[in-house]
Amino acid sequence: MAVEARAPRLELKGISKRFPGVVANDHVSFAVPAGAIHALLGENGAGKSTLVKIIYGVQQADEGEIAFDGERVHIGSPREARALGIGMVFQHFSLFEAMTVLENIALGMDEPPPRRELEARVREVLDSYGLSLDPHRHVHTLSVGERQRIEIVRALLQQPKLLIMDEPTSVLTPQEVEQLFETLRRLASEGCSILYISHKLHEIKALCESATVLRGGKVVGTCDPREESARSMAELMIGGSLKDLSDKAGCVHGEDRFVVAALSAPGEPPFGTSLKKVSFSVRSGEIFGIAGVAGNGQNELLAVLSGEERKNVSGSIRLDGTELARLSVGGRRRAGLASSPEERNGHAAVPGMSLADNALLSARSRMGLASGGVIKAKKARDFAAKVIDAFSVKATGPGASAGSLSGGNLQKFVMGREIMQNPAVLVVSQPTWGVDAGAASFIRQAMIDLAAEGAAVLVVSQDLDELLELCDRLAVINEGRLSEPMDVKGISIERVGLLMGGIHGSGRGAEPEDGTAPAGRARHPEPAL
Amino acid sequence: MMMLAAPVIAVALTLLVGAVLFTLLGHDGFGAILEIFVRPLFNPYRWQDLLVKAAPLAIIAIGLAIGFRANVWNIGAEGQYILGGLAGTGIALATLDMAGPWILPLMLVFGILGGMAWAAIPALLRTTLGVNEILSSLMLNYVAIQLLYFLMRGPWMDPEGFNFPQTAMFSADQTLPMVVPGTLIHLGVPLAAAVALTAFAVMARTVTGFQMKVVGLAPKAAAFGGFGAASTVWIALMAGGGLAGFAGILEAAGPFGQMVPQFPTGYGYTAIIVAFLGRLNPLGILLAAMVLALTYVGGESAQTTIGLPAAATGVFQAMMLFFLLATDILVRYRLVSGRAAPAGVPAGKSEGEAAPSGKGKAVAA
Repeated sequence: MAVEARAPRLELKGISKRFPGVVANDHVSFAVPAGAIHALLGENGAGKSTLVKIIYGVQQADEGEIAFDGERVHIGSPREARALGIGMVFQHFSLFEAMTVLENIALGMDEPPPRRELEARVREVLDSYGLSLDPHRHVHTLSVGERQRIEIVRALLQQPKLLIMDEPTSVLTPQEVEQLFETLRRLASEGCSILYISHKLHEIKALCESATVLRGGKVVGTCDPREESARSMAELMIGGSLKDLSDKAGCVHGEDRFVVAALSAPGEPPFGTSLKKVSFSVRSGEIFGIAGVAGNGQNELLAVLSGEERKNVSGSIRLDGTELARLSVGGRRRAGLASSPEERNGHAAVPGMSLADNALLSARSRMGLASGGVIKAKKARDFAAKVIDAFSVKATGPGASAGSLSGGNLQKFVMGREIMQNPAVLVVSQPTWGVDAGAASFIRQAMIDLAAEGAAVLVVSQDLDELLELCDRLAVINEGRLSEPMDVKGISIERVGLLMGGIHGSGRGAEPEDGTAPAGRARHPEPAL
Repeated sequence: MMMLAAPVIAVALTLLVGAVLFTLLGHDGFGAILEIFVRPLFNPYRWQDLLVKAAPLAIIAIGLAIGFRANVWNIGAEGQYILGGLAGTGIALATLDMAGPWILPLMLVFGILGGMAWAAIPALLRTTLGVNEILSSLMLNYVAIQLLYFLMRGPWMDPEGFNFPQTAMFSADQTLPMVVPGTLIHLGVPLAAAVALTAFAVMARTVTGFQMKVVGLAPKAAAFGGFGAASTVWIALMAGGGLAGFAGILEAAGPFGQMVPQFPTGYGYTAIIVAFLGRLNPLGILLAAMVLALTYVGGESAQTTIGLPAAATGVFQAMMLFFLLATDILVRYRLVSGRAAPAGVPAGKSEGEAAPSGKGKAVAA
């Protein structure tokens, strides 16, 4: 150990990787010392994921070499990577929903120990890093945040020397983020190096001591995030100056356009969160935010508002005074309500279909893409092309399959498809999840522009920073209950964080205001009975 | 592209394995293949037979394929075919003493309605009580057969039929005209082609066809797009039931010319194979129906010429389905020796990922 203490934990020298038509990595070199937390920055398509996959052995570099603890290594597979001591938490989880946490962990291991032993080890990791997770829960009952913890535990069980984290904080409350950072800092102090990939620049500022910036597959700079501003790093990343979102302060809010009153609905079976008398109103020109940890009824709220779920729903949903609650999805769209759910693949878009067909999915009535039940193929293609153009979606054209687009580009397409229908009310969930800074700012600007034209915009997001930047007012959802709305100006982050953590109702449905639920450790609620 | 190669490979494998199998069973295996799959193609009389058998298979399979696209598994085409035949026969028996060109179209309409009505039972059970349509539609096949037997032996028995359990012969106005004089080729054959073209247009060009495809590919996206789950089930079963019923009355008013207890010949089941062999595409189904019709026609002649057992037809049809399912799986997935890459490989597509990943959500060791 002593001999190698001075060699960097991980060193990349001249790594190149080409795909047909693209150079994903072009002579990338950098080093991560032992015990360091190093950030990898770059827009979507900058080559971060490819680079990380090469380090983790999922893909092989065409050129260049990797040194681990000073020794040149060949990493032919994730198994070899793990054998070296490289752990990874992916942005997209690889979990079997029908299995328990423990079974999923065992499946991800090369040589899983007996069940009891594994459980003991899992509990030990959970305890020592202060992670709350029940090993016997089925994955389909868990929130996104909890699912991520499975992946983290998976990685930690191997006692890694290098931990790669891909966009880990997108689903956490501020308190949970802080807790994760504690975990990571402690790991680092124990000598584990961490390669941290995130778009949230202020988090990188708070956590990382060095950063490598990628653009177009090349290293364009290194910096010490503690000495940079989020803005300067973003500009380095984009290679130009970042456009400010236009000021919303001058906006005049009009009348209430979208009024939801006493909306209650059962949770998605079998373990969903039921909505409990949710009420709020959004004025014309206003962006209203709903913050909260994943799994607190956001998906149910979206489904009830869009009309996908109408069974046993009570309460009223009014758009400009018209009652929508009894209308179908199509009826609500025609009335002017557009929506975009959290999950892009398979919910907001059909990956196996072309963008033109995906335009047809939600825009056919408002944009006249079909009449009398017959599809107007040319109009659908034209509309898709317009969306691609106006939202600078990187795609070969309306015929490109939705599944071939990167996450950020598909999200731009989905948001563009809804916004360009010029809705009176836009309801979106997680509009920028997993989307790079440039695309995210584009999407946010589009929502601001839509609101400026008089639409009412409702944004449901777990990204508190996004809501603070975007919204005029916000409320917090916890266990299906919505808090009082707060003006974003002068809001207390501390209070929002506590509300997100369930300060106004404990995990077991006890009396409100008991305040016993530990903040920042919001548990997924028990099934409503 | 490989998706289109799979049926061809499946048919080739069926021929090969079938030949080996029947050789091992003591028959002339390659002779049997020749007799069943090749010889009928060079015999003009058999060609007529082929078209007449392919027509109902194609019509039923097209209806089923519309539902299969949306993952609605109607296994009850056999029963819907019988009910279609019975409903049309009911009209025929009620109009035995009448004449006019309106009778046959009315029979056809009632055939379609009869099939739909039978398919409405699983649709209703599924949409109101959540009963699995595979089981309910399958079980209704047996009910339909019993209903047929009852009618043949009781209320609908021909009073002048010497107590044979069958109806009276249909009149000229109740029988399908021949489209090629002097052959067996009746109106049902061109109608099958018309049904295929119509279904192709519906699937490619209408919102309903789009709905079925979206539901099959991504059910949640379908809900988001405003396509209700119940409407999908109804459309699927009405298309399947209606077309099976249509095929039923075409058979009754065509080759049979009356209703008899031997009316159900397993077309409703064979059509499932036809639908998959035709890649759920109406035009592909026309081709697949010819292939399956060949097993019927060739299988029959092989019984007399080389003494192959009657079950040989069923064996070939079943092999075709199994080989198709197997090749489909091997087209989509790759065999990996030893331990595969463990979990941890991301399921989603991310930047720079060029190679198409498997369809599975996660790859586990």
